[in-house]
Amino acid sequence: MSTIEDARAPGEGARRRPPEPLVPEGERRVSANVCQAAGCLSMQSDLVLGALRDRVEAAGLSDVAVRRVGCLGLCAAGPLVEVPELGRLFDHVQPDDGAALDSLVTTLSGGEPGGQAMAKEPFFSHQVKVVLERCGQVDPERVEDYLDAGGYEALTKTVTTMSPEEVIAEVVRSGLRGRGGAGYPTGLKWTTVAKATSHDGKFVVCNADEGDPGAFMDRSVLESCPQQVLEGMAIAGYAVGAQHGYVYVRAEYPLAVKRLNSAIRQAERSGFLGKQIAGTDFEFHVEVRIGAGAFVCGEETALLASIQGGRGTPRPRPPYPAASGLWGRPTLINNVETYANVPPVVMRGGEWYGSIGTGKSKGTKVFALAGAVVNTGLIEVPMGLSLRQIVFDIGGGLVGGKKFKAVQTGGPSGGCLPEELLDMPIDYESLAQAGSHMGSGGMIVMDESTCMVDVAKYFMDFCREESCGKCLPCRAGTVQMYGLLDKITRGRGTRHDLDTLQSLAEMVRTTSLCGLGQGAPNPVFSTLRYFRDEYLAHIDDHTCPAGACRLDGGER
Amino acid sequence: MSDEVRTLVIDGRDVAGASGQSILSVAEESGVFIPALCHLAGLSEVGSCRLCMVEVEGTARLVASCVTAVEEGMKVTTTSERLLAYRRRAIELLFMERNHVCSVCVADNHCELQELAKTLGVTHFELPPLHPACDVDATHERFVLDHNRCILCARCVRVCDEIEGAHTWDIRGRGTGARLISDLGKPWGESTTCTSCGKCVQVCPTGALYEKGRSVAEGKRHRPYVPFLVATNALGTGRQL
Amino acid sequence: MVATPARTLSPPSDDKRWRQVEVRMRRLGHRPDGLIEVLHTVQELFGFLDDSALAFVSQSLSVPPSKVYGVATFYSHFMLKPQGEHTCVVCTGTACYINGAGALLAKLKERLGLEAGGTTADGKLSLLQARCLGACSMAPAVVVDGEVHGRVTPSSIAVLVEAL
Ligand SMILES: Cc1cc2nc3c(=O)[nH]c(=O)nc-3n(C[C@H](O)[C@H](O)[C@H](O)COP(=O)(O)O)c2cc1C
Ligand code: SF4
Ligand code: FES
Repeated sequence: MSTIEDARAPGEGARRRPPEPLVPEGERRVSANVCQAAGCLSMQSDLVLGALRDRVEAAGLSDVAVRRVGCLGLCAAGPLVEVPELGRLFDHVQPDDGAALDSLVTTLSGGEPGGQAMAKEPFFSHQVKVVLERCGQVDPERVEDYLDAGGYEALTKTVTTMSPEEVIAEVVRSGLRGRGGAGYPTGLKWTTVAKATSHDGKFVVCNADEGDPGAFMDRSVLESCPQQVLEGMAIAGYAVGAQHGYVYVRAEYPLAVKRLNSAIRQAERSGFLGKQIAGTDFEFHVEVRIGAGAFVCGEETALLASIQGGRGTPRPRPPYPAASGLWGRPTLINNVETYANVPPVVMRGGEWYGSIGTGKSKGTKVFALAGAVVNTGLIEVPMGLSLRQIVFDIGGGLVGGKKFKAVQTGGPSGGCLPEELLDMPIDYESLAQAGSHMGSGGMIVMDESTCMVDVAKYFMDFCREESCGKCLPCRAGTVQMYGLLDKITRGRGTRHDLDTLQSLAEMVRTTSLCGLGQGAPNPVFSTLRYFRDEYLAHIDDHTCPAGACRLDGGER
Repeated sequence: MSDEVRTLVIDGRDVAGASGQSILSVAEESGVFIPALCHLAGLSEVGSCRLCMVEVEGTARLVASCVTAVEEGMKVTTTSERLLAYRRRAIELLFMERNHVCSVCVADNHCELQELAKTLGVTHFELPPLHPACDVDATHERFVLDHNRCILCARCVRVCDEIEGAHTWDIRGRGTGARLISDLGKPWGESTTCTSCGKCVQVCPTGALYEKGRSVAEGKRHRPYVPFLVATNALGTGRQL
Repeated sequence: MVATPARTLSPPSDDKRWRQVEVRMRRLGHRPDGLIEVLHTVQELFGFLDDSALAFVSQSLSVPPSKVYGVATFYSHFMLKPQGEHTCVVCTGTACYINGAGALLAKLKERLGLEAGGTTADGKLSLLQARCLGACSMAPAVVVDGEVHGRVTPSSIAVLVEAL
């Protein structure tokens, strides 16, 4: 075996330096916002930024800014460039596409505006932006931009004019619920942590592990407007009496980590993190902790174990982290999006926030729309919108006009919702009743070519690989369920296998230690509930109606 | 530490325990049997085997009795059709996960897993065996580790860390690929932290850890110091959660 | 064991990168709970974690070796074997899966004669698999040497890999 001394970090030096944005010296008349978040970057939007910058400079447009911004939402059509002052959007802009760049320069110099009029696009017009208000509008790497957009006003207001009780009361009034999956009332959680006594401090933790496959909301928020999350955490720290915060980000998101780190440094420099925040005695420090590739670390007790340098295995609750979390101290854990909702709640009031959404599900929800839908991307909608509006109006329907089959929400512990539920309003209760759940907000649209048994098998494969292995039902049960599903997709399953699968799923759901095992059977339950026919077709007729499974025993 | 008395009902019987004491521990003291594999009095609780789950009136969920503290007025049911079915299934999952062939195991007739299977009336298996071929580590001069019999209860990990203070054992990997390891995953015989105290062997519920040179008939555990451990630890993790 | 306090631990070799590891550990106050961060640092510098590195970290942070090994093997990001000069990560998240990530992976496996997690015999390329890189809107996604490529097809992936 070779030793560590011979090796170099893989892929070193392969990345190019990102081009710098162009800031006009005087007043800026118009700007070109070039998306520099992961989606567009994967389509070389960094080169677009450079090319556009060169052209604007060459054209001598001294009152035009070429800006680096975060996610503009319509990732499917990237690279995207927006001219916000004129409400125009340019899609599919390639760095070597002279015509598109010319049209942009013409637009910017006051000529005939090119691109699309955003107001007319249903993708944008159905959305309500609270969390994403500043995403795509500010440069994620410049705190000045965030400040210009009203950033840190909420934190200043909090620490200079409000008592911790008043802050919590505002959050309670908003009706905000956790966006990380379970939908636990945020105000209630804050109250518990605030009431917990501790002689040596409390902690605020931001869960940015975002492990659900098919979810990229938190990533986009962190890449597009990390300051808003930090501001929410600082407000939470003030409210619950904590001076230290951690953001736990998964290792798969290097750009988010980079922008978060730079945001922390800039916020410290501007006096919004660190000591004497906004000139008061309140201090709050934030550190980033990077995950190392384990889905289960999104579970709160596993996440805490991981921050403390251990194996990310969950532990039984109680005690809840609110009572005994990091190093045994009271700890508040919320999701990225939950924190990002806090500054608007504080600024505009809980009542305003509560006026958006439905009875028990207030406010907006960010979804990552992906799969067989035309407009894949990042959207924010008021709770209570129907699935149909999301998939067909905002999402623009299915790619290639194919037939809709299901939409999967809630990640590996969620479910697949069929066509007859398209008019269901999206909120915590409706989704749970339908056998799925909100999850963190991944929404994957599937067309008729996707086999539902195969989807159930896919998620079970995920769970068996991500099971931490501590508790028996999840560790061995997911492997056995996978085996049964695999057998069925190969056309070798029997009706008896189906019964065994169902009873095993019941047992794993009821007896597993943490949410991973408890949720792992959900894709099986939901597909059995709505697509039982497909299971039976594999078993009785040895066919896969979607034509996705190979029933001759070969691997897909 | 407040040692207030809590009165509750377990399977229709009035029993009493101390605040902070687990349901399982109160049940043990009162002579009510609840199946358990990862629990061992004297060691910290991990709540991982899930065999000890019981029903508590007023809660829809089942709770693991080893990690749930008694509360005043609680009504606990330790056996029901549903619980029995789940427990049998759990035993089946264990038997199918690794290779537990009792007839050739040193722990035959002295095995907690085997005993539980009998007590719970596990008569047949529906699920296919996974039975990966696991290593047998016989490099230690006195003891053997047979991964084929390991149920990952982590009693050995805890006794080594919490009582002996050596922390020779830990778990490698995750999911069904998890394995018991000593030091940097090297053979046990090469361990620089192992004190050869043998406590891990004493607490192993199956035939995964055993002493060399003992014939099948002699597999019976010698646990001279386990009661002692319990006594010295009674104020600690065993009773207080 | 004889307790000798104030042991001076020397790194596995005089490679300069160990200095950086030591600086990192000092910044973390040699606290045992800095374990994962230190492992990240070692892997960033050396590309993987070998026994000598794990033993050094274990002693420096006073974490039992079995615990260090347990942590290093729990997280899929940590590599105990050297990786290829280049890495190609195929995302098999849900969106990528239903958009044909399986076919991509199969193509690469066949072309390179590797299983996911393997490295070519010449040590040039490692093939890895990831569960959702968060680039779902660009599904299927592949990351070659840290750069994300969206809407990859079996033929375009072949070109990408060939170019390495
Ligand atoms: C297996 C598992 C994975 C989870 N993954 C995440 C995650 O990636 N992000 C997240 O915010 N919450 C995740 N959660 C939920 C957290 O445990 C926790 O409920 C949440 O972070 C609380 O924040 P909230 O109240 O703001 O939602 C996960 C839970 C489980 C059981
Ligand atoms: S349910 Fe799964 S992930 Fe959760 S503790 Fe049990 S084995 Fe670990
Ligand atoms: S004894 Fe309670 S879970 Fe094992």
